[in-house]
Amino acid sequence: MDIASPMAAASAAMGAASAAASAAVTSAVSTTDAAAHGAHGNWLLTPLVLLSAAVLAVPLARGLKLGSILGYLVAGVLLGPQVLGLISQPATVLEIGEFGVVLMMFLVGLELEPKRLWAMRRPIFGWGSAQMLGCAALLLIPSFFLDADWHAAVIAALGLAMSSTAVALATLSEKNLGNTRAGQSVISVALLQDIAAIPVLALVPILASQGRPAGGHSGGRIWLALGALVLIVLGGRLLLRPLLRWIARSGTPEIFTAASLLLVLAAAMLMQKAGLSMALGAFAAGVLLAESEYRRALEADLEPFKGLLLGMFFIAVGMGLDLTVLWHKPLAVLGLLAALWLCKGLVLTVLGRAMGLPKPERAVFVILLAQGGEFGFVVFQLAEQATLLDAAQRSVLVAAVALSLALTPALLAWAQRRAGQVERKSPHELTEPQDSQVIIAGFGRYGQIVGRMLFANGISATVLDHDADTVESLRRFGWRVFWGDATRLELLRIAGAERAHVLVLAVDDFNHSVKIAEIARQHFPHLTIVARARNVQHYYALRELGVELIERETLDSALMSGRSVLQQLGWEPHAARQMAWRFRRHSVEQTEAMRPHRGDLDTLIAMSKRGREQLEERLAAERKALAEGKGRNPWQEPHLAPGTAPVPAGAPDQPQPGKA
Amino acid sequence: MLCDTAKSAAMSAPPSILLLAAHPDLAHSRVTRAMLSAAQGLSNVRVRDLYALYPDYAIDTPAEQEALRDAELLVWLHPLHWYGMPALMKLWVDEVLSVGFAYGQTGHALHGKDLWLVTSAGGSAHSYSADGYNRHPVGDFLLPYAQTAALCGMRFLPPLVLHGAQKASAEQVQAHVQAFVDGLRALPEWCERQPEPAQEAVPDDERPVREEGAPV
Repeated sequence: MDIASPMAAASAAMGAASAAASAAVTSAVSTTDAAAHGAHGNWLLTPLVLLSAAVLAVPLARGLKLGSILGYLVAGVLLGPQVLGLISQPATVLEIGEFGVVLMMFLVGLELEPKRLWAMRRPIFGWGSAQMLGCAALLLIPSFFLDADWHAAVIAALGLAMSSTAVALATLSEKNLGNTRAGQSVISVALLQDIAAIPVLALVPILASQGRPAGGHSGGRIWLALGALVLIVLGGRLLLRPLLRWIARSGTPEIFTAASLLLVLAAAMLMQKAGLSMALGAFAAGVLLAESEYRRALEADLEPFKGLLLGMFFIAVGMGLDLTVLWHKPLAVLGLLAALWLCKGLVLTVLGRAMGLPKPERAVFVILLAQGGEFGFVVFQLAEQATLLDAAQRSVLVAAVALSLALTPALLAWAQRRAGQVERKSPHELTEPQDSQVIIAGFGRYGQIVGRMLFANGISATVLDHDADTVESLRRFGWRVFWGDATRLELLRIAGAERAHVLVLAVDDFNHSVKIAEIARQHFPHLTIVARARNVQHYYALRELGVELIERETLDSALMSGRSVLQQLGWEPHAARQMAWRFRRHSVEQTEAMRPHRGDLDTLIAMSKRGREQLEERLAAERKALAEGKGRNPWQEPHLAPGTAPVPAGAPDQPQPGKA
Repeated sequence: MLCDTAKSAAMSAPPSILLLAAHPDLAHSRVTRAMLSAAQGLSNVRVRDLYALYPDYAIDTPAEQEALRDAELLVWLHPLHWYGMPALMKLWVDEVLSVGFAYGQTGHALHGKDLWLVTSAGGSAHSYSADGYNRHPVGDFLLPYAQTAALCGMRFLPPLVLHGAQKASAEQVQAHVQAFVDGLRALPEWCERQPEPAQEAVPDDERPVREEGAPV
């Protein structure tokens, strides 16, 4: 891992005043390629090819619901030497792309305050070590088939036990799984792997020397590494924040971006000089800044760089896929791939269960960590240099790992689709016909409030939720909740939809909600639907189906907050309440008025602007009138002469009850 | 307006009537509920049940004022609560009969319309007398209604009151409902017998904003 080229890349990026991400990548690639292609002057070609490939492949892959990572990988294979051969220097692209991984680890660190990291020490060191050692031990078996020498086998097994932090974390963020328990566990294990990389790399020369004393050397390296870590922690604690404050005060946004990049680079380089992984250094720097006020600014500045550089990294991995090995030794590569998945899958499944991960999330945990990792490439290369492995063995290992990387996104997509089709069973499935007046579909945050209000009044309701774990935990609280997918006609029938009066549609998933409404409208037209809408589009979709009693889920709570704000600003509580109601009416009317134009974004925007302006004008006019006193004393006293007050006719001195 | 045009109205379409009902607990009402359902059978009566329309007391003032514009007769139907109207009805009066609409220099939207109060009281007829525990005839308590109508330029028709509503027999309630429906049906002829509207009795020079046509 040569740090020089990303350095040049990033400093070139900093030179670009606008610091636009694309410009950065362009200049990054151009700087390195300029050296390579200097004579031709054709340095624009590489970035052109890379960017076009990304722009074409990623939307295509996402359109096919395969995820952007697979798109990048396939683009890489197509660009690589085996197919089109458009990029002459795949290694350079990989080096630059690796900086994307470094940036990603920095951003992961930013999300983890030291306190949270400390709280995660058990998952990181406990479960992480268990994964690393367990997988490596099991992987020794296939490794022996590759090379009977145990030194080589150990290195191969350790290299294969690593998982791709880049693919795992990028997939987590793409699929929004970062905050699930499985996601957190993946991050923990990935962190330990980054730490474990140090001793593994140190082990290669030791094993290669086969007994030659190398302890002193590696001991010195460990001290150096510890020193670097201490330097980062101390520097981060004492220097970084004042420095960032000073830079931010300069008020030049691109200099703050430059400082962000510089910071990550410096941390990465320091760690690399100390023989640690660059990613680990960046992670440490990120953790140290997680509590600072610049966390969001750093995130926003680095996110586009990370995305594009990570994309380059995946393209480079794709280019590195040596398809000829697959052609020459298909059995070796595929056999190794199968063994890799089998061994790691086995260990991870046991781990996932032992960690108590929720069942549906276990597949994510297993699949994301069962793949090989880019770190394996480094280990294998080092092992080849140390003559522990020969070139043929290395290419088989690299091909198997690269294939596992390439196939992981597809595997995960497949597993998730399958999980969607094959329902996870729950012992509380609704099988007995029910006859309550009310059916509640979805008993999460929303449905629970509706349901509890009904139950408090002695009204029974048949409650359905499609999440087996939710049902399990609700039952522990004593709620009689049934497990079942309300998008199934048969289930609605068993729930008593034919005789029930009201269906409370409280599921949060847009598609599920609309599907249930469709079925209910079609098969149980007498059933009144009381629905929760996630947003305006959801509201429109339900209105299209003829649902009338729909609440936008955040409207009323947000209005209550709006009232609180007005009151804090000195409004009378009742005036704030009246304003909230007025605003609510306006919002509901406006939403309904815009419904016929739901597909036409331009009209929607124009109407929404006009509506807002009208309301603002009206309120401004009222405020003005009030300030001028017009609203205060609105009419003159009639100045009637004493004793001549008008006595209205029909004023009932003696009303006649029952008259007429 | 009704009585002025009684003859022509009797010939052509029945008068347009707006019935505002206010009962905070309609489910347990005997009289008001029966009255409401009877009125709903009349095609020229538009019913607005305030507690059903505004359970949150958030009255849509523009919509209410719009409904008033078309009506020739405004009927208020509610039980007597603490010698007056239920809270939401009072809120309706406060917010809908606003200056510039119902009174004041430019407020004459109700000018010339008629107001008929139809109410029921728990106390017996005797209780609403000098000797009874309510110490005053029921009409004394209705003075604010009459003056509200007058200020808006409306004629206040003789109220229809059912006494002893809690203890009233089914026959008594039925008779009350019948009187109500008959009253609504026979309105033009019936109100012709009523005294002319109050505004006519007030000399012009005592109406300071006469030139703007505002009813004061």
